[in-house]
Amino acid sequence: MPDLLLELFSEEIPAGMQGKAADDLKRLVTNGLVEAGLTYASAGAFATPRRLALTVEGLSGESPTVTEERKGPRVDAPDKAIDGFLRSTGLTRDDLSVQDDKKGQVYIARITKQGRLAEEIVAEVVPQVIRSFPWPKSMRWGTGSLRWVRPLHSILCILSGDAGAEVVPFEVDGIAVGDTTEGHRFMAPGRFSVTSFEDYTAKLKRAFVVLSPEDRAETIWHDATQLAFAAGLEVVEDKGLLSEVSGLVEWPVVLMGRIADDFLHLPGEVLQTSMREHQKFFSVRNPSTGGIEGFVTVANRETADDGATILAGNGRVLAARLADAKFFWENDLRVAKAGMRDWLEALGNVTFHAKLGSQAERIERIAALAREIAPMVGADPAKAETAARLAKADLSSEMVFEFPELQGIMGRYYIAEAGEGPDIAAVAPDHYRPLGAKDDVPEAPLSVAVALADKLDTLTGFWAIDEKPTGSGDPYALRRAALGVIRIVLSGGLRLHLDRLFDAQILRHEIGEQPDSALTALRDRILRAIANDGVFGSAARAILDEIGGDAPDWIDRIAGHEADVSDDLLSFFHDRLKVHLRDEGIRHDVIDAVLAMPNRDDLWLVVNRARALQDFLSTPDGENLVLGYRRAANILAQAEEKDGVEYRFGADRKFADDPAETALFDALEAARPQVDAALEAEDFAAAMGAMATLRPPVDAFFEAVQINADNEILRRNRLNLLHEITEICTRTADLSKLEG
Amino acid sequence: MPTTPRSFQEIILRLQAYWAEKGCAILQPYDMEVGAGTFHPATTMRALGSVPWTAAYVQPSRRPTDGRYGDSPNRWQHYYQYQVLIKPSPPDLQDLYLGSLEAIGIEMDMHDIRFVEDDWESPTLGAWGLGWEVWCDGMEVSQFTYFQQVGGHDCHPVSGELTYGLERLAMYVLGYDDGNAMPWNDPQSPIPLTYGDVFREAEAQYARWNFDTANTEMLMRHFEDAEAECRSILDQPAEDPKTGRRIVMALPAYDQCIKASHLFNLLDARGVISVTERQAYIGRVRTLAKACADAFVQTEAGGWTAPA
Repeated sequence: MPDLLLELFSEEIPAGMQGKAADDLKRLVTNGLVEAGLTYASAGAFATPRRLALTVEGLSGESPTVTEERKGPRVDAPDKAIDGFLRSTGLTRDDLSVQDDKKGQVYIARITKQGRLAEEIVAEVVPQVIRSFPWPKSMRWGTGSLRWVRPLHSILCILSGDAGAEVVPFEVDGIAVGDTTEGHRFMAPGRFSVTSFEDYTAKLKRAFVVLSPEDRAETIWHDATQLAFAAGLEVVEDKGLLSEVSGLVEWPVVLMGRIADDFLHLPGEVLQTSMREHQKFFSVRNPSTGGIEGFVTVANRETADDGATILAGNGRVLAARLADAKFFWENDLRVAKAGMRDWLEALGNVTFHAKLGSQAERIERIAALAREIAPMVGADPAKAETAARLAKADLSSEMVFEFPELQGIMGRYYIAEAGEGPDIAAVAPDHYRPLGAKDDVPEAPLSVAVALADKLDTLTGFWAIDEKPTGSGDPYALRRAALGVIRIVLSGGLRLHLDRLFDAQILRHEIGEQPDSALTALRDRILRAIANDGVFGSAARAILDEIGGDAPDWIDRIAGHEADVSDDLLSFFHDRLKVHLRDEGIRHDVIDAVLAMPNRDDLWLVVNRARALQDFLSTPDGENLVLGYRRAANILAQAEEKDGVEYRFGADRKFADDPAETALFDALEAARPQVDAALEAEDFAAAMGAMATLRPPVDAFFEAVQINADNEILRRNRLNLLHEITEICTRTADLSKLEG
Repeated sequence: MPTTPRSFQEIILRLQAYWAEKGCAILQPYDMEVGAGTFHPATTMRALGSVPWTAAYVQPSRRPTDGRYGDSPNRWQHYYQYQVLIKPSPPDLQDLYLGSLEAIGIEMDMHDIRFVEDDWESPTLGAWGLGWEVWCDGMEVSQFTYFQQVGGHDCHPVSGELTYGLERLAMYVLGYDDGNAMPWNDPQSPIPLTYGDVFREAEAQYARWNFDTANTEMLMRHFEDAEAECRSILDQPAEDPKTGRRIVMALPAYDQCIKASHLFNLLDARGVISVTERQAYIGRVRTLAKACADAFVQTEAGGWTAPA
């Protein structure tokens, strides 16, 4: 059972690609070996900046010989068919045997695939893997045509067993295979040969290369935390950075330095971002103040001065970077203290989207919508409008230009400097949230109002210009925006008529900015009425009616507004909602059943109905009542179709003929006020509970009574009674949408 | 072991000597305003086609938006790049490069040199390549690129390009945090000059012109002129009616492309180009660069051979 060791030695591989490349190497090579008939016990892959390495242990020495039988044409088939069969099998007619078959005698070919040595198979599989390696970005170099992530210099490929190690002979584009590699570029130049994976890792270590990325990360984190601890400080955890830095070094040496006093007053986020993005430094915090006071850098070597020169150099680079950051911060503070007007004006020149206008126009729309939403979520409308105006002002700041990931975070500082209260300042970072599935949603009412307005403006805008997400692409992250709205609504228990907000904002997009303040006021008055009562609501209609002769042309747009765009957007929300609730274990047909009910744009209502229905269905009563409902609905539908009438009215107790029938009348009468009261209180669980009391009388009724009685009066009365059952059963959800 | 250099110019002289010794043709700067050493036709044009090439040169470069009136310790609207281009890229290019750092006095044993992923792309030149920024103790001292495409053409063979930001590198090697204070010539010279002595005045003057005074209508007109002239040059037939020889005028056309590119940079610094227009301008320059590349591969220097 030989072991395979493969190393692909190249110029520096981007840190972010190393992990996947190691996985791909393992997967592709072992798959290739297995497909060729070999087996192996275990495999492991590793990456450093200059190499990908793979060890496959317990590889079988050869693939088994396999014999395969193939049935051919009948013996009396035309020569042409038989020749074709011979060509495809590579045999002569003498090699074929004859067998009886249902159709007569047919030729049988026995094809034997000889087993092959592991060495041969490896020499075939590895070059194929190299030539078709799935690098996210690859390149050519020199005069060659081979693609690799950076120039590939040497290949080590050996099979080692009891008899020693043998180089597997192959070559790829002039790169010959051998049993040698190199250690650390600077600390141990020169090539050396290896005989096994154990030998390889040991010799690498002597040549100042730690092969395993996990080991390097562990060393870095251990040394960094120890250094910080010894100085009474702590390292700010950053897993992404740790993994990246582990991919930049073969021999990690951790060094810690202090940030000069000049820069300690900068916001911690600025220090951290500047150090991480530009220098790949970890931040070091003073645990008693929470302030960032130092940095940890990871060098790729030891030096005679224990890293003093390297640390000094890094410190100088950091000082230059932080001097830039300080320069931006101080310039920004001047604009912020003056009320940020320059920034807001500058946003007028920044295009958000060619068809959706500038950032300034977008901010105006968001501010207007935030004002409408504010009272619905318990926020002050004037404050919401102000907060929305200021929340994106930092997009023009020098700091955010330099570090886009600080958007909102800088805004919070700058808005406070502009003299606004902390609640308005907090809207700047919070209105972008939730930033991902794991990010928290905003909770403060002002932030909620602006976060909703921001996302709804984006969604309605892209819906209005018909640039919706497709199966393959969602360049404006509209799915994330919709999910953000859903999560904010649900976690805040917010009762919103999304349809009305959609219509108001779609119309705001369509109407656009107005030439004078009178028209702007008119626009906002109508849109407010729509946001509150709907586009077909009486408030909006009343305003439309009172407008006289010289109405602006957009009035016709409102009067003739069709809701198809907002309907489409709502069903997009419903799709997102289904995905969201699926994670909660709620069935998609349960959601369909509640979406068939009125006020389906009130997502809180939809979800509470769905949760109550899902719970109800998991009880025996619920399950059986659904069966009863279905039975009633089926019989009713068949009768209605046959008779060509609808049985909707007039079930009358006095025609009740059977005690079970009377009991059902009684039960319905008793349940109805309970269901009504529960629905009134939006207590869907209680409504379902009241419905559940119907289960025994409904079961008994079906047991005792024949619906299609000969007596036409009895029959009609019973059909009308069935309608009452289905009616009460569908007060909370349309049970017909449930899958049986 | 080379000693530490004493001045900005000594670093340049050592690089020149090093790369000359490695066989590069030491060229002189291109005599036009460019944004980076890559624009020199010795890089852009010579990276095209199959003819081998090896060149090194200093290129004064201008980035009007980087102007700080001479007040910044590390930003100037006029600065220097040292550029090396070798086609095909030799297998030991990384070692050659590291040798050049030693030549300018960086002791390899005491410093931490790293190759950190940085893919290079020039939207104006329709060019891209893969490579690294080279870090010395956390400081970016060079850009190292294997050209994959230039002017929309795949590079066959591939050129290796090295670009040293001379000011930053020199500040590091000479130990100055303020670039204006670093010695330009030997500090022991009878008349010692610093980088600031040479350029601070010019920086202030150009910053004022670049940011506030340049006549934007004229710049736009000149942009249009350069664009039109570039096209008209390339529209000429390959055969020169006067001499009867085949003369494809890729280089004069490319001069116009360089001009257009710099005029765009000036307009950008004047703040008169909106975000949307910006993309359009870059696209127009790229179209010219691609047309020039198309023309250059029709020349002998670009690998064209007369049909047999």
